[in-house]
Amino acid sequence: MDTSISFEQAIKRLEEIVRELESGEIEIEKALSLFEEGTKLTRICAKKLAKIEKKIEILRKGKNGEDVLELFEGLEE
Amino acid sequence: MDLESLLSKKKIYTVSEITKEIKLLIVDNFYDIWIRGELSNCRTAHSGHIYFTLKDEYSVIKAVFFKKFHNEIKFDLEDGMKVIVHGELDIYEKRGEYQVIVDYIEPEGIGALQIAFQQLKEKLEKEGLFSPEHKMPIPPFPEKIGVITSPTGAAIRDILNVINRRYRGVHIIIYPTLVQGEGAAEEIVSAINTANERKEVDVLILARGGGSIEDLWAFNEEKVARAIYSSEIPIISAVGHEIDTTISDLVADLRAPTPSAAAELVVKNKSELATHFKDLVQRMLNRMTSIVNQKKDTLSHYSEEILERRIKNIIVNKTMIFDDISKALDNSFENIINNYKNRFKQGVAKLESLSPLSTLARGYSIVTKPPKKTPIKSIRFISPGDLVLTLLADGEFESRVTRVDKEIRRLKG
Repeated sequence: MDTSISFEQAIKRLEEIVRELESGEIEIEKALSLFEEGTKLTRICAKKLAKIEKKIEILRKGKNGEDVLELFEGLEE
Repeated sequence: MDLESLLSKKKIYTVSEITKEIKLLIVDNFYDIWIRGELSNCRTAHSGHIYFTLKDEYSVIKAVFFKKFHNEIKFDLEDGMKVIVHGELDIYEKRGEYQVIVDYIEPEGIGALQIAFQQLKEKLEKEGLFSPEHKMPIPPFPEKIGVITSPTGAAIRDILNVINRRYRGVHIIIYPTLVQGEGAAEEIVSAINTANERKEVDVLILARGGGSIEDLWAFNEEKVARAIYSSEIPIISAVGHEIDTTISDLVADLRAPTPSAAAELVVKNKSELATHFKDLVQRMLNRMTSIVNQKKDTLSHYSEEILERRIKNIIVNKTMIFDDISKALDNSFENIINNYKNRFKQGVAKLESLSPLSTLARGYSIVTKPPKKTPIKSIRFISPGDLVLTLLADGEFESRVTRVDKEIRRLKG
């Protein structure tokens, strides 16, 4: 499965899977394979949620006038 | 030619008729006017309407400010005050006087900017820059958020405060600009363009703390409005306090009343989506648990390989998914997850007890029709002459079908 899938895409697919699982009579084989896909998506989403840490950057001008991203030290109190 | 015959060729108006004609001329041409002047003879009638005259060095004009418009102004009218009024001209036919029906008054000074604001607003509105169809949706789960503002201002401080308090998982990139005075508008335009060239953020917040109309003026400039309109990254405008509306607010894809509110909004979306995600996982686990329970009879027909592979997958995924989820999500969810974890363990244990291995060990067998590996569940799939494979606990044998019967004779009686 593509791990570069975005959180939104993963959620969308997860919604479809849950809808299908909840739609009354379902073959066990189908349910298991949906569940398998669903758990993979869940892991991707959970990792994305856990991974994103707070990071504040600021775009400054470098020595040669090029754009450079630097960590933002915060405001002087 | 005498006077009588001269007049007979001319149109003769009555006083009322000519007054009506004048009235038409005036109301048709002066229905949306701004007049600058000095207030004098202000008086409030019993009705609550305010009557006054506007004057300058050479002329005076009468004016009435009806009570229903009084909420529009935030100051008291005084003789000698220099003002700009908006309204329409009208004729008071009984007296043959013309007067201004005023619906808006403001002190001169900020008035010039207000007029500029009003005119630009009307112009851009006509061009469709504020049209709802052009507005882009704000992404619900932005991974990177751009903030165009002063790195030393109140706006960035407020935004960072909200983010520190509300949600840890945010990546912010600040595009520093002046937010007032000479060159501010140009810098804001260039920051919007830079962000669009770099394409690194999913949403932009254009922010500035509160201030006077002069302080906020950069956000009322046409070039800023056009840059916002052409941005391919959605922009949330968060300029000044709630009561200040700028052109930027009107063009932007979304208006937040303050910079803090913009931050809340972006973060709220993220935490709402995280909650939605938890809900989906919960529903999936819940549904799967009940499917496993409902279908346990059907499951016993499944081939050993398929079921074992499935069970293994479920067990492997289950442990990993629960670990990941509890790492990522808050405590309130952990209890629910643990509950499901236990129910799942039971479900999987049931699956295992139903696996064909244990079924076969109890003396039952599974019949397949090679090359297919799925068990035959109905005689509808079998005809005399078919080659079938029968699985027992300790081996398998092949046989050919000689008879297919709808009734089970052997076990009867």
